[in-house]
Amino acid sequence: MRTIQFREAVCEAMSEEMRTDDTIYLMGEEVAEYNGAYKASKGMLDEFGPKRVIDTPIAELGFAGIAVGSAMNGNRPIVEFMTFNFSLVGIDQIINNAAKIRQMSGGQFNCPIVFRGPTASAGQLAATHSQAFESWYANCPGLKVVVPSNPYDAKGLLKSAIRDNDPVIFMESEQMYGDKGEVPEGEYTIPLGVADIKREGTDVTIVSFGKIIKEAYVAADELAKEGISCEVIDIRTIRPMDYDTIIKSVKKTNRLVILEEAWPFGNVATEITFQVQSQAFDYLDAPVQKINTADTPAPYSPALLKEWLPNSGDVIKAVKKVMYK
Amino acid sequence: MKKVTKEVYLKWYEDMLFWRKFEDKLAAVYIQQKVRGFLHLYNGQEAVLAGTLHAIDPSKDKLITAYRNHVQPIGMGVDPRKVMAELYGKATGTSHGLGGSMHIFSKEHNFYGGHGIVGGQIPLGAGLAFGDKYFETGGVTLCYMGDGAVRQGSLHETFNMAMNWKLPVVFICENNGYAMGTSVERTANHQEIWKLGLGYEMPCGPVDGMNPVKVAEAISEAVERARSGEGPTFLEMKTYRYRGHSMSDAQHYRTKDEVEEYKKIDPITQVLDVIKENNYATEEEIKAMDKRVKDLVKECEQFAEESPFPEKNIMYDVVYDQENYPFLPHKL
Repeated sequence: MRTIQFREAVCEAMSEEMRTDDTIYLMGEEVAEYNGAYKASKGMLDEFGPKRVIDTPIAELGFAGIAVGSAMNGNRPIVEFMTFNFSLVGIDQIINNAAKIRQMSGGQFNCPIVFRGPTASAGQLAATHSQAFESWYANCPGLKVVVPSNPYDAKGLLKSAIRDNDPVIFMESEQMYGDKGEVPEGEYTIPLGVADIKREGTDVTIVSFGKIIKEAYVAADELAKEGISCEVIDIRTIRPMDYDTIIKSVKKTNRLVILEEAWPFGNVATEITFQVQSQAFDYLDAPVQKINTADTPAPYSPALLKEWLPNSGDVIKAVKKVMYK
Repeated sequence: MKKVTKEVYLKWYEDMLFWRKFEDKLAAVYIQQKVRGFLHLYNGQEAVLAGTLHAIDPSKDKLITAYRNHVQPIGMGVDPRKVMAELYGKATGTSHGLGGSMHIFSKEHNFYGGHGIVGGQIPLGAGLAFGDKYFETGGVTLCYMGDGAVRQGSLHETFNMAMNWKLPVVFICENNGYAMGTSVERTANHQEIWKLGLGYEMPCGPVDGMNPVKVAEAISEAVERARSGEGPTFLEMKTYRYRGHSMSDAQHYRTKDEVEEYKKIDPITQVLDVIKENNYATEEEIKAMDKRVKDLVKECEQFAEESPFPEKNIMYDVVYDQENYPFLPHKL
């Protein structure tokens, strides 16, 4: 099978959908003439023209709202945020309008829109450019939240997100755009809300998502050498969450470690922990462990950032803790 | 602009009177605690809506506004009984009781809300216009806001893009003098809100918002400009609200004399004066209109009173288009 970069998978997903549905357009900063800040829309202006691939001024609140308004009037917009860190100046339109128009209108208006862009840290970008808001968005009814971890998932999930009639937050990573992976030539989609068991195992369940899951793979490889078998689940969609796959795995392994690049207070891992103790309390042989970033804004210095971020060593430590080793 | 005929004046009178009495009824039932939440009434500003409706094509033009939004959908053709029922939180309401006072919507009648966050509807209005331009429908969006909303960043970001992209939208500031309890004078170094358009080279100007003819003239010109592809206009309607910002407003920020002064140029009285001066209707005919208004308000109240409350499942059913969305349980 061919291998392509994550950014190419994103570009293919958008382009394929735009070829079959004239109501879709892409809007954001630098998406057209610059070909995307991270080249995820390379060539799209040439193919679709300026009516459908639209450069905006730096005005996230304004263009997020314009996109939502157009979604109420027949469009299916894809809005690119250069990073979700910048979505905060437009978050009113996402939380108060995109997520609520359907409910407030008693179901009269759908809001078929995708807000996409990179999330979380990407090297030494310091406090304002290293934040993960998955749990913030996933907390809000009305939204769906998707975080792929490889090119194959990114393409299949993004196509589903674009076809979805509800607003979808689709979160990528600057540090994944260059990742290569196998992606078939033909048409495929991956349904939202379905987790994927990336590695099967018997001793411990590790749940993660997004680019940080790579640390879980490294840890699983290391632990395998010591005879510890890890099952790695990529939840892929944060909202709605596929709890069944997680619970089923925990009932098999009886041990759970959750790896999430986010601040530790009230995050996705916290929610999973609650659900697991609620639905599989008697199956747990050890308290659930979660690994997150430090409970501080992201530091700049490489020495500090290394300490701030979760890594494979932290995963190994947590797995051994739940194994009482 | 379409001619302002005798029929138009008579319609204006009956419509505006109905809107006023509809709002008065809401105030009354609010005090009886049958309607709760916040309640923002339109009394005094009716000429803005009456003039607008004369200038637009309701089959393809769209209205969107903030939370002072009960009577605009009625003007666009929504059954007023359903609006009243929405405020009562009833299943027969425009949003099945999920929206309440601040969130009236009607897809069928091109009314796009009904928005509770000050200034939040401004980019949405431009977005509706974006869709009309994209699909070449020939429709124009009328996007309303209060004088408080013009201080939001959303206005400035939207003005910039709407001009840059020549979107078919008319932005209308209904300047009733007060952002809740804060006068225009106290929120900015300038008083003429329409001048905000100048920075974006957007055609703009002030309008006598107490006179429906003046409103209709200004909006007709702006709608024509938008429809012909020349982009947006920003109009400042100089108007006034007689009641408080909401029902809980003690109105210490203004004098009773000020309110009385504005009542001298009341839009309904102005229209009635024209009707009487020109003998457009006899006393009996005016009385008949007044009675029709009274009866319809009563009918709305009765419909809302007698309607059932919504079933619990609607709370879930309308959140997502996806069927069987797996909501988390919240109680044992």
